[in-house]
Amino acid sequence: MGDPITMIARWLESQLLGLGLSPVLVTLILAVLGVILIASFVLVMDIFLVWVERKVVARFQDRLGPNRLGPFGLIQPIADVIKLLIKEDITPAGADKFVYNLAPIIALATVLLLWAVIPLAPDLVGSDINVGVLYIVAIGALATLGVIMAGWASNNKYALLGAFRTVAQMVSYEVPMVIALLVPVLLAGSMGLNAIVEAQTPVWFVVVAPVAALLVLLTGIAELGRAPFDLSEAESEIVAGFHIEYTGMKFGLFYAGELLHALTIGALVSTLFLGGWRGPGVEAIPILGVGYFLIKAFFLYWVIMWVKYSMPRIRIDHMLNFNWKFLTPLSLVLLMVTAILDKLLENGPYWVYVTGMLLANLVIIWAVLQLLRSRARVERVRVAEPRPVAAPPGSPASTTTL
Amino acid sequence: MTGIQLVFIVVAVMTLGAALMAVLTSNMVHAALWLILALFGVAIIFVLLNAGFLAVVQVVIYIGAISIIMIFAIMLTRRLITDIGTQTSSSWPWAALIAVALFGGLAWMLSTWGGFNTTPQLLSPRSDQVVELGQALVSPNAFVIPFEVASVLLLAALIGAIFIAWDRK
Amino acid sequence: MIPLSWYLILSAALFCIGLFGVLSRKNAVAILIGIELMLNAVNVNLVAFWRYITPQAITGQAFAVLVFAVAAAEVAVGLALIISIYRRRNTVVADEIDMLKF
Repeated sequence: MGDPITMIARWLESQLLGLGLSPVLVTLILAVLGVILIASFVLVMDIFLVWVERKVVARFQDRLGPNRLGPFGLIQPIADVIKLLIKEDITPAGADKFVYNLAPIIALATVLLLWAVIPLAPDLVGSDINVGVLYIVAIGALATLGVIMAGWASNNKYALLGAFRTVAQMVSYEVPMVIALLVPVLLAGSMGLNAIVEAQTPVWFVVVAPVAALLVLLTGIAELGRAPFDLSEAESEIVAGFHIEYTGMKFGLFYAGELLHALTIGALVSTLFLGGWRGPGVEAIPILGVGYFLIKAFFLYWVIMWVKYSMPRIRIDHMLNFNWKFLTPLSLVLLMVTAILDKLLENGPYWVYVTGMLLANLVIIWAVLQLLRSRARVERVRVAEPRPVAAPPGSPASTTTL
Repeated sequence: MTGIQLVFIVVAVMTLGAALMAVLTSNMVHAALWLILALFGVAIIFVLLNAGFLAVVQVVIYIGAISIIMIFAIMLTRRLITDIGTQTSSSWPWAALIAVALFGGLAWMLSTWGGFNTTPQLLSPRSDQVVELGQALVSPNAFVIPFEVASVLLLAALIGAIFIAWDRK
Repeated sequence: MIPLSWYLILSAALFCIGLFGVLSRKNAVAILIGIELMLNAVNVNLVAFWRYITPQAITGQAFAVLVFAVAAAEVAVGLALIISIYRRRNTVVADEIDMLKF
C-alpha cells in the first residue's frame, strides 16, 4: 500500500494526462508542485524552530522563555517575523548593491537545496540521485560563497575580516567531514541516501560506526558556524562578523538559514547513522516514516542546542589546530580501519561484523583518549614550571617569577 | 524544438554570457562571481550529458574550492579599495582577432568531420557509472598510474604553494 | 535529441573566450580566470565525446577527473606565486612584472 502523497501524485498525473497535456509538461508540473511542497514544509518548520530554540535555551538557562503570546508562546515566532519585516532596510554607503542583496538569498537557498535529496519516507524523496552524499558536500561548499559575498559587499573591514575567518573555518572543517562521510558510504556500498537508509538493517550505522557519527556531527556543527565554533559571528566577538551590516528581513534570512542548517545537519546525521525513516511498522504504513524521521532529526537538533548552550567559545587558532592536527588524522585513521575491517569481515556472519566494527571503534576512542591524556600531562608539567613575569627590565618586579 | 534542446540553449547562453562578462568586466570581484556562474553552467551541461558524478565534482572542486581561493587572492592583492584604470591591455583588438579566428577555424574543421552530427545512443541501464569510474581509477590495467601520479602532483602543489606563499619575516 | 555538434561548438566558444581573456587582461588573477575557462571547455569536450562516441568505456570520465585534479593543482600554485609577487613588488599587473631584478 502506498502512502497518501504518492497516491495523490498519481491521481493528479492521471487527471492532467486526461486533460490532454503532453507527458513532459505533466512531469514538469508535478516536479514544480513537489518542489513547492517540500520548500513550504521546510520553511514552516523553520518558523517552528525559532520557537523551539528560544524555549529550549530558556530551559537550559533555568528560566521560562517566551510565554505571553499564545499558548506556551507559540505565536512568538510570528511576532518576530513581523518585527523583522517592518524594520528599516539600510544599505551601507559604498556597498555593492547586487552582491549585497544576493548574499542572504544564497545563504538560505543553499540550505533549502539540501532538502532535495533527504529521504523522508520509503518512496518520498525529492530526487533520488546516486551521488547524494557528494551533492551534500557540494551544497556545503556553496554556502561558503554566500558568506564571503556578504562580508565583501558590506564595505566594512570588520565584516570582511569576519567573513575571511568564517570561510577559513568552514573550508577547513569540510576535510574531516568529507572523510567521515565516506564511512557510511563504505558500509552501504552506495552514495545515494535512500540506498544508505535501506542498508541499515538490522542495526543502525551508529552502532557499527559511532566515531564516524560523532565526527560528522562535530564537523557539521563547525561547518554551520554554531557555538562553540561561532567566534566569527557571535555578537560579542568581531562585532557580529559578516552579517553586521544586514538589517531587517535580510538578517532574518541569515538567522533563519542558520537555524534551518542546524536542523538539516541533524536530519543528515539521522539519515546516515540513525536509520532515517526506519522504525517499527514502516513497511506496512510508509507515511509513518516521516514521523520517525522528524523525531530523530529534532532529537539531534536538541543535542546540537545542548552543545551550544553548555560550552564556552573556542578561539580561532585553537579551532583550526583542533581541525588540522586532531580531526583530520583521526578521520583518516578511522576510514582506513573501517575499510580494512569491512574487507576482512565481509564473509562472516553479520553479528561478527557488527561486534568487530564496534570493538575497533572503541579501540580507536581508547587510543585517542590515551594520546590526549599524555599530551595533557606534558602540558601540565610545562605550565607548572616557574616562568618570569612580564615587566620592564630593571624594575624589581622583573626578577620575580610566578 | 524539444524540451531538452530548449534547456541546452538556455544553459549555453547563460554559460557563454557569464564567461564573456568574466573576461570583460573591470571589477575583479565581479569577474570572479561571473566565473562562478559560468562554472555552474558547465555543471548543468555535465548533467545534460548524463555525467552526474562529474557535475557534482565540478561544483565541489571548482565552485567550492578554486573560486573561493581566487576570491581570496583578489581581495588580498588589491592596491586600493577600488581598481583603477582599465583592466584590458591596449592590444585587445589583436586578442579578439586571434580568438575569433581560432573559433572559426575550429568550427570549420569540426564541421568537415564525419561524426559531427551524431545523435546520442541510449545508455544501457545496467551501467553504474560511479562504480565503473572508481574501478577504472584503481585497477592496474586501467588508470591507476595516472591516478597515483595525479596524487603526487597534488601533494607537490600543496607543499610548493605553502612554501612559495610563506611569509618569511 | 541534441547532436554532438552543439556541444562541440559550445566548448570551442568557451575555449576562445578564455583565450581572449588570457591574451587581453592585465591583472594576473584575471589571466588565471581565462585559463580556468579554457580548462572547463576542455572538460566539456571530453565528456561530450565520451557520451556520444564511446559511452561504454569510462575513459572519458576518468580523463576529465584527472583534468580536475591538474587544474586544482595549477590554480593553487599560480595563486601562491601571485601573492608572493604581490608581497615583493606590490603589483599584480602582468606588464609591470617584467624585470628579473631591480
